[in-house]
Amino acid sequence: MAVSDPILSRDAVAGRDGVAGAGYAIEVRHLFKNFGQQVVLRDVSLAQRRGEVVCLIGASGCGKSTLLRCINGLEQPTSGTVLINGLDLASPKTNIDAVRSRVGMVFQSFNLFQHLSVLDNVSIALRHVRKLPRAQAEEIARKKLAQVGLTGKERSRPAQLSGGQQQRVAIARSLAMDPEIMLFDEATSALDPELVKGILAIMRELAESGMTMVVVTHEMRFAREVSDRVCFLDKGVIVEEGSPARIFDDPQSTRLRNFLAQVL
Amino acid sequence: MTGLNNLIRTFFDLEEMVNVFPTLITVGLRNTLVLAVFAMLFAVVFGLLLSLLLVSRNIAVRAPAFLYVDVFRGLPAILTIYLVGQGLPIAGIAPFGRSPYPYAVVAIGIIQAAYLGEIFRSGIQSLDRSQMLAARSVGMTHHQAMWLIIVPQAVRNVLPATMNQFIIIVKETSLVYLLGLFPLQRELFSIAQDHAANTGNLSSLVAAGIIYCIITVPLTHLVNYVDKRLREGPKLVAAETAEA
Repeated sequence: MAVSDPILSRDAVAGRDGVAGAGYAIEVRHLFKNFGQQVVLRDVSLAQRRGEVVCLIGASGCGKSTLLRCINGLEQPTSGTVLINGLDLASPKTNIDAVRSRVGMVFQSFNLFQHLSVLDNVSIALRHVRKLPRAQAEEIARKKLAQVGLTGKERSRPAQLSGGQQQRVAIARSLAMDPEIMLFDEATSALDPELVKGILAIMRELAESGMTMVVVTHEMRFAREVSDRVCFLDKGVIVEEGSPARIFDDPQSTRLRNFLAQVL
Repeated sequence: MTGLNNLIRTFFDLEEMVNVFPTLITVGLRNTLVLAVFAMLFAVVFGLLLSLLLVSRNIAVRAPAFLYVDVFRGLPAILTIYLVGQGLPIAGIAPFGRSPYPYAVVAIGIIQAAYLGEIFRSGIQSLDRSQMLAARSVGMTHHQAMWLIIVPQAVRNVLPATMNQFIIIVKETSLVYLLGLFPLQRELFSIAQDHAANTGNLSSLVAAGIIYCIITVPLTHLVNYVDKRLREGPKLVAAETAEA
């Protein structure tokens, strides 16, 4: 991937947002989330620097995906604060749609727009959110599709593609918006084993290009090799966090040891 | 044998059919289609807006919409058409002047909007929530996500049910005769009925019925074809991939 791509370079990001340099890209403070009676997240706090890659690991239902959705405001916290580049998502002054347009999200089941071609999937938000003319939007879309290795599939429908190809389109769709932060919600969990590698390679390249990323994953090798920091969640609480070496080689809690014993 | 002859003469008198046929086509068919097309347009636009109210998270918006649907699906069409078409001008509300057509279009439109609103609502709610999440995740507003992502897919999913409703609209236009028509305003049914009343022979009504069928039966088969195509989508898609 072209690191020199101005859209991905960190200078472009800093230039876009004056506040950004100093604070955290993502700051989560004392986040609680209930679904009815059920407490899904319990006093979760997390601060993530620009360019940092954080992996969230933990058993299914531990609250990882909910935390991710709170970070881009797709889910409203029951209490607590989420700041993106210092902007409080709950503040009435914050334009949540504008924030989301700079926070890419890749879903487990791709969530491509089924009625649109691959090219339209990637360019529709450029046209209607960024208000770019069609030609310019499609040019960017083609570039992003090439970046994820999907040249020649522009006119296909999502249903005509394999899972791996669909996930590449979904990544291109997010990258097209020139995101400052990328969120990955078990991006490889729905893929056949032989397709996982390609997606992980794209994610790895993104991480190396300096993208700020939060990655919910069951791929422990990816977490160990790519992330700067790993957070282990259990029952809605961050039980342990630290460098990959700390988490995987020197787990402190019984809960993390049990979890690692099951997945490694 | 006289029984059978009577039957044929009453319903299938070729001479009567031929007599009424030119008027049926030049006046009746044209007027029926004009009424049907405008009523469809009205019903689709209004029904779509209604469906957006029906899926609103705000109960104060949703409740009146559901009441509307309940009422206009609950009333016989003939009653609504009479109330709107005869009633409004009598009550001094006559924005369209004296022609019964706009009133008929509005009356059929508001009835069918109730059905279409409910059909579109089911289409919207049958879509996975993930489509909305994905649309919002790239920065679309709720409004943009609805119009660019949700509604186009919902409409596609309910196309067969929508086309069934179009068939019903074509047939319902016949009720406009209730509102009183000048000769050139008559549509298929009223021309046939007038002719039958004048001649004492019902063959003109059978002729009109044949023309209705010529419009509606192909539509029915088109519905089945579209339905099948939508359901067998993946197979078709595979064929396209092979070509590419």
